[in-house]
Order: sequence, then C-alpha cells, then structure tokens
Amino acid sequence: MRLNVRKTYKLYIGGAFPRSESGRTYEVDGQNAALASRKDARDAVLAARAAFGKWSTATAYNRGQILYRAAEMLEARRSEFPAGEVDDAIDRLIWYAGWADKLAQVTGSANPVAAPYFNISSPEPSGVIAIAAPAGFLGLVNVIAPAIVSGNTCVVVTESAIEAITFAEVLATSDLPGGVVNILTGFAKEVAPWLASHDDVNGLDLTGVTDAELATELERQAADTLKRVIRPSTPKWTDDPGLGRMTAFLETKTVWHPKGV
Amino acid sequence: MFEYAPAPESRSIVNIKPSYGLFINGSFVDGSSSFKTINPASEEVLSEVASADASDVDKAVKAARTAFSKTWGKMPGKERAKYLFRIARLIQERSRELAVLESLDNGKPIKESRDVDLPLVAAHFFYYAGWADKLGYAGFGPNPKPLGVAGQVIPWNFPLLMLAWKIAPALAAGNTVVLKPAETTPLTALLFAEICQQADLPPGVVNIVTGAGETGAAIVEHPDVNKVAFTGSTDVGRIIARAVAGTQKKVTLELGGKAANIIFEDAAIDQAVEGIVNGIFFNQGHVCCAGSRLLLQESIQDAVLEKLKRRMTTLRVGDPLDKNTDIGAINSAEQLSRIRTLSEIGESEGAEMWQAPCDLPAHGFWFRPTIFTGVSQAHRIAREEIFGPVLSVLTFRTPAEAVEKANNTPYGLSAGVWTEKGSRILQIADQLRAGVVWANTFNKFDPTAPFGGYKESGYGREGGRHGLEAYLAA
Repeated sequence: MRLNVRKTYKLYIGGAFPRSESGRTYEVDGQNAALASRKDARDAVLAARAAFGKWSTATAYNRGQILYRAAEMLEARRSEFPAGEVDDAIDRLIWYAGWADKLAQVTGSANPVAAPYFNISSPEPSGVIAIAAPAGFLGLVNVIAPAIVSGNTCVVVTESAIEAITFAEVLATSDLPGGVVNILTGFAKEVAPWLASHDDVNGLDLTGVTDAELATELERQAADTLKRVIRPSTPKWTDDPGLGRMTAFLETKTVWHPKGV
Repeated sequence: MFEYAPAPESRSIVNIKPSYGLFINGSFVDGSSSFKTINPASEEVLSEVASADASDVDKAVKAARTAFSKTWGKMPGKERAKYLFRIARLIQERSRELAVLESLDNGKPIKESRDVDLPLVAAHFFYYAGWADKLGYAGFGPNPKPLGVAGQVIPWNFPLLMLAWKIAPALAAGNTVVLKPAETTPLTALLFAEICQQADLPPGVVNIVTGAGETGAAIVEHPDVNKVAFTGSTDVGRIIARAVAGTQKKVTLELGGKAANIIFEDAAIDQAVEGIVNGIFFNQGHVCCAGSRLLLQESIQDAVLEKLKRRMTTLRVGDPLDKNTDIGAINSAEQLSRIRTLSEIGESEGAEMWQAPCDLPAHGFWFRPTIFTGVSQAHRIAREEIFGPVLSVLTFRTPAEAVEKANNTPYGLSAGVWTEKGSRILQIADQLRAGVVWANTFNKFDPTAPFGGYKESGYGREGGRHGLEAYLAA
C-alpha cells in the first residue's frame, strides 16, 4: 500500500505560496491552512501594487486571453472543486474574459461637446482592490474576475482556504502575472480592517462581510482615502451579474484635444 | 542594400489534398464540377476544388437553415461562445500551417500571413466569442435576435481574415452561414472547415461552398438566405444591391477604395515614408483600403519622393515563402493584366512611371513596386482602384485643397493623415469622407475597431461592437 501525499495550504502572495508570517494556522475541512495576519495583508498590498503597472497596461486582449486560460486550467482541474459550483465558475470566468476588450466599448463614449474638440471618455482601473470574499467557490470567482479583468490587482480575504488556494494554483498556471491576485486565508474580522485602512488600497469589496457592524466600520475606514466600496450582499451567483462589479472599480478618463488646421 | 541568403519557410507543415469537396452539413461532399487552384508565385497547381452550382448552394442553405432552427439558433449564448473560443484556440494552434497555406494559395509574403493575417484571424474569433453571451449589452436592445442564414461571399486578398470577419460575428450573434471563398484562394477556407470539424461544431452551422461568380450569385439570390455579406469590388456590390432589392434580406457591403494618404509638410518624413510604403505595398497593394493616392504638400514633394524611391529600392520582391520577402506574387494572371493595363493607361495619359529596379522570378505573376508622379485628378490611375503595388502621387498646397482632393472620389473607405500637429489631424479627420482614418500610421486593423466605407465603398461595418449589428435583427 502506498501512502498518499498531502498538500500544504499556504497563502498566495506575489505569485508565490508563502506561509503566514505569523506562523499561525487554522483548521479547514480537516486540513491546516495558513492564518493570515496584518503583516501578510501589508505584504499582499505591496505585491498587488507592484503588479498593477504591468497588468493595467497589458492589452485588453492579453488580459482576456489570460482569464480564458484560467478557465481552461479550471476545467482541467474540475474534480478538485465543488461539483455543484465548478461549471458555473468556469463559465463565469469565460464571461468575464470576454469583457476585457469590450468594457471600454460599452462604458466609454465619444462626446459631442459643443466646441471644436475631440472628446473621448475611457475607463481605467482604479488600482489595488481589497476583497472580502463570500463563502463558496462560485462566489469567490464572481468577485475576483470582475475586479481584475479591467486591469486592477487585488488582495482577497477568504475563510474558504481549500477552494481558494486550489484556485490560486489554477491562476498560477494561467500566465496571470504574480501579484495580480493575492489570496489571504483567514478571517475578514481580523485582516480586513488593515486593508480597509491601508493608504495604498483603492477599492474595497465587502461582499463577503456578513457582520453588518463590521461592514459599516470597514466602510468608514475606507472613507479616509476615499476607497471605492462595494457593500455586502448575497447575490445569486448564477444570475447575470451585470456590469456593476466591474464598473465599481473603474475610473473614467475624459481626454480633450482641440481640432483645427 | 544588404544581400540576404534565402530563408524559406518549410511547406512540409501543410498537407494539401489533391482534391477538395464542398463542406456542407459538417462533411465534405462532391460538387458537380471542379476547378484548379494554383500557387500564383509558381503557377503550380495546388489542388482541385469542387465548384458548387445552384443545387449545391441550395443543399448548403438547407443545412444552414436546419442548424439554425434545430441547434445553433436555440443554443444559449454562453455555449456558442465556447465553440467560438474553441475555434479561436484551434486557429492559434494551427496558425503556422494556415499561414503557409495562405501564402501558397494567395501569393502574399509569409511574414504577412504569419504576423498579420493569422494573429488577426484568431483575435477576431476571440473577440466575437466574447460577444456571444453578451448580446444584450451591445446596444441593440435588451434581447437582440439573430437573422437566420447568412450568405457570405469573400475576396482573395485576405482569404482567411475575411472569412473570420464574416463568420465570427455571424456565429456569435446566433446565425448560421453559407460562405463562398474566392475562386483563386479556396484552400484556407477548406482547412477552416476541418477546424470546424475538429471543434465539434454542430453540422450545418458553417457551410463552405467553393466556386466562381455563379456560386456567389446563387447564394445571394437564394430565397431562404436572410442576410448577405459581401466583400469585393464595387461593381459586384452594385449587382448584389440590385439583386436583393424587394426582398427582406439584410445586406452589408465592403467594397473598393481609392484612399488618399495625405502628407503635410510638418510630418515626420521618415515615418511617413514607411507609412506610404506600408499603405500601398502591403499585401502587393491588394488591399481595398490601400493608400493608393499619395497627396504630398508641395513644399516637401521632392524630399519625400527621393526618400520614397530610395526606400522602394530596398523592397524584396519574390518567393512568398521566403521570410525576408516584402512583396509577393500578384494573386492571378487576370489581376496582373488589370494592373498592367491601368499602368499603361497611366503612362499614356501623361503621368510619369517609376519602378523599383528588381529581378522578378521567371514563373508566376509579378509586378514591380511602382509610383506615378505628375498625376492629375482626371487621370484614370487617380480615380480607379488598381488593386496592385501602384501608387499615384498628387500634390496640394493648403489643408483645404488636400481635403477637397482626398474626397474627390466616389469611394470612401479609408484615408491617411501625416502631421505632427494633433489639432490638424483631428480637423482633417472630421472633414474626410472615409470610414477609417489613420493618423501617422496606416493599414492598422483590430477586431475591436469597426471597419467599413462611406459612399461607394459600401455600407455596414465589420469589427467592434458595430460589427454585430449586421447580424442582429436590431
């Protein structure tokens, strides 16, 4: 008889899989997972910021290709994910992959200003987004994909360590540059305040925060640097998600240029 | 000029069958007759291809109708999307094979089929794949519906790319298609049919019928075709517009052009010269949006022409499969004859011809890179589309004169503007009656960017969100 080899579940930061700086773990489904700390959160924000330049200036086509690649990788590893969620998660990744090079066409505009100026508005990513992920694998994919497809990078806090870190392995083999998605396994109550109050975080997705008081406190903290906030909610993740999760973390830039010979 | 050792791309990657049938309802079937397709660089026969008559076209339309009503038209957009992504991936995987085949059948340089055509083909399928499950977001109403069966007829200058421009949006919107590739360049479309099989695309969703003009007419005139999409000459476009009169068929036409490429005196001259060369000599000038009328501001005329001629002497004309080749073969004897005729007319009407000195291969169809100076607006070479590596040079003094000359054509597909002054670019672009205006660049294409003409260059747009409208009941 051959003894099986178990997997060690660690964090996902900057494309690598480090243990928590704190040395702590917590038990999930009989496995030990790394329990992220304040220092891990700060490391993750650094990694996300470092990745932002390259990811946000990659062509939309390239970002779409990479998200599609992630869908391919997820399909190949579907047995490692909850059977009731994985199909919808793959299709959702593909749905968002297709948005990469269409978002500007739907949310941007050529503006007919009443003067001889070329005037065009285009979306640009907000920057580093901190995400408190909802429970469940489908919810996780549904909050990560819309944040990054437009060129943001993110730091995700989730208790669902097994699915989240297995998904990190999917992302790590999809040509997604390290640092675009960083995953902290642990508790939003402990880690999210450090992200909500972090000066180098531009957006905060509170979808997965179930404690209303905590959510309010996090939103208040986010106000210091005027982070863009998505408030907690419990959507049906198989429904058409609309554009809201993408546009929440987009800036609109309007460029003027005179016309004249 | 540097001498280069030959660097031929291997043909062994592609396996051309001695004969090909029609691709109808998911499999290859015999046609009633056949024709040969040749390599225009050597006149070697590459394969024998079935010719579809009206009854073959009818079978293809029936297959497309059945697929539309039974499978494809009912399929959720997210499933259609996955088929299209699959096709895009297969094209990427087999892109070198497709590029070599394209260069063999068409005559275009491998560096263009490899670096321009094929990447754009795959990107086009990726782009429209992404629309298949987002049609409600495209701006044509909340729940836009497909039209049904699309009949599509495409030209020989970018065989696979034009196929992609036609098939990708049609399928994304939920239509099924009957497509006819050009008579002289059927092979990559037939390899695409094999890719549809490899993708397990349901039978009848894509049907490829090869043949000449009569096959195309049978598609256009078929009563069960809901949509006609054509890319080709303005003359045939007029015939199609007449043929569909009185029917409910939706039509898009992408036709000829005689683009002005306007160079102002404050342009970056070296860049402009590269743009002029790209504008007219890309793909042997077999480009509907080619910058075939060069409009030079008088003050820089001599300087630009000197640099242009020097640059043209470095163009390498010859074996399309050689990786160093800049200009390949003219696609057919017929096209070569048209280019020769118009060039002779250019000389006889008084324009001055200059050709880059270069050796031409003994076999195949070739034409040297050519410019005509002293061209007036009345000359036929300034008015008619030559569709070859022949540039007509005119001059202007003021921006207003440049615009007037640029717009003095029944065509309106594209235009180029070269100046370092941004406000001038935008002002001139506003005044040009052309569907695509390139500023300080030329011949740029992207699946996200709509392409199509004003006036007699046709109507409708391909590419971008706009390209979906042609295939939706919007």
